[in-house]
Amino acid sequence: MTPTHRRIDVTVNGRVRSIEVAPHHTLLEVLRDDLGLSGTKECCLVGECGACTVLVDGVSVDSCLMLAVEANGATVMTVEGLATGDWLHPLQQAFLDTGAAQCGFCIPGQLISAHALLALNPHPTRPEVEEGLAGNLCRCAGYGQIVEAVLAAAEADAADAADARR
Amino acid sequence: MRAFSYERPGHLDDAVALLAEHGAEARPLSGGTDLIIRLRDGSIRPRVVVDVKGVAELDGEIRDGDGHLTIGALTVMTDIAADERIRRDYQALAEAAAVVGAVQIRNRATLAGNICNASPAADTAPALLVYGATVIATGPAGTRRIPMDEFFVRSGVTTLARGEVVTAIELPLPAGRRGSVHVRRTRRRGHDLASVTLTCAVRDDGVTQLAYGSLGPRAVLVADESGVLADPAAPDSAKVQRLEALFAAASPSPRSMRASPEYRLAMLRVLGLRAVATAIRRLAEGPAT
Repeated sequence: MTPTHRRIDVTVNGRVRSIEVAPHHTLLEVLRDDLGLSGTKECCLVGECGACTVLVDGVSVDSCLMLAVEANGATVMTVEGLATGDWLHPLQQAFLDTGAAQCGFCIPGQLISAHALLALNPHPTRPEVEEGLAGNLCRCAGYGQIVEAVLAAAEADAADAADARR
Repeated sequence: MRAFSYERPGHLDDAVALLAEHGAEARPLSGGTDLIIRLRDGSIRPRVVVDVKGVAELDGEIRDGDGHLTIGALTVMTDIAADERIRRDYQALAEAAAVVGAVQIRNRATLAGNICNASPAADTAPALLVYGATVIATGPAGTRRIPMDEFFVRSGVTTLARGEVVTAIELPLPAGRRGSVHVRRTRRRGHDLASVTLTCAVRDDGVTQLAYGSLGPRAVLVADESGVLADPAAPDSAKVQRLEALFAAASPSPRSMRASPEYRLAMLRVLGLRAVATAIRRLAEGPAT
């Protein structure tokens, strides 16, 4: 049996894409290398760090642990889908305001996990934020500011943060 | 990652036929949270990956009826942890599902995949053993029901035959009242594989069931019918003695980097005693089951 490319139709950040993918390529590889969306980061590749977190049909997943072919027919949102034109998403603004980004490598994953959390739970407690982001490691250990940012975004405009551009 | 063919059969017969035809050269794919790691690190090199998520006969539903709660093979940990019936009647399973990986993993990882992967540290295994789960599997020879205790063999090995696909996991409805809990020990808070993972259920008939994992090649189920563990008035010293006898078969690997055998055995006793106390409290406070 010869492995052959498969055509998949996937909606990424609101745009319908029809692309040929190798069955052994992950969603992460296709997002970064085939679609040029390099905001989603490759890091541990074993589902521990969360740098590759994206939303698939509204649910947060590690895109390094999902084959691109599995995303056929799905709706995917990456960090590039958060902002609208020149307007940052309230979560992005909150991350900036609290100084949550240090080296910045984990931030796309943190933002997507925070977005998924607030969509389900617009008014999380601090422990709920910590649990919701437990799958996102920050090697700079900027957890204090990251949690503050998510709480601030929830407080500032919980409804918008949860509903906007899901 | 080494190249492979990807098949997404639409029917159970086709999935079974593909897996039977290719045997060890094929791997079923459900949530993929274990499989894709192993495909990438080269520890498995299948020629065919069979994605079962397109199989019409499989679903991610949890339904009750016929004296069972039936969990569809595609049910993910997030849904198990959130299900009101599981939280009420199988509390330890909900607690175990809630600590598998982190949110992103729980959104993909399935209960069926967790048991088929047969990791000795699988957090849901002890709870399924204590609750007397049955695995429903369909293969070339038809459909059969496998008691949970006869399903696990050792790390990565189950009693599933070539071509067999798990279609559901059944939990018998509780016969009487019980209090149950899942506890575990990890190296750090957040997500980690368990150094000890344990479920305890204290029943109103005085029987205490315990199942523990990460202390040998597979999770082990034991029961105390003496009533000592279930007795709220029994001293801890008597309970520790009873627990040590029940845990005699624990044989943690000396090669694991997560924890030494001595540490695991010490923590097994500590967690066992705590779990018994929590289960007794839940039985006393709890609603029906």
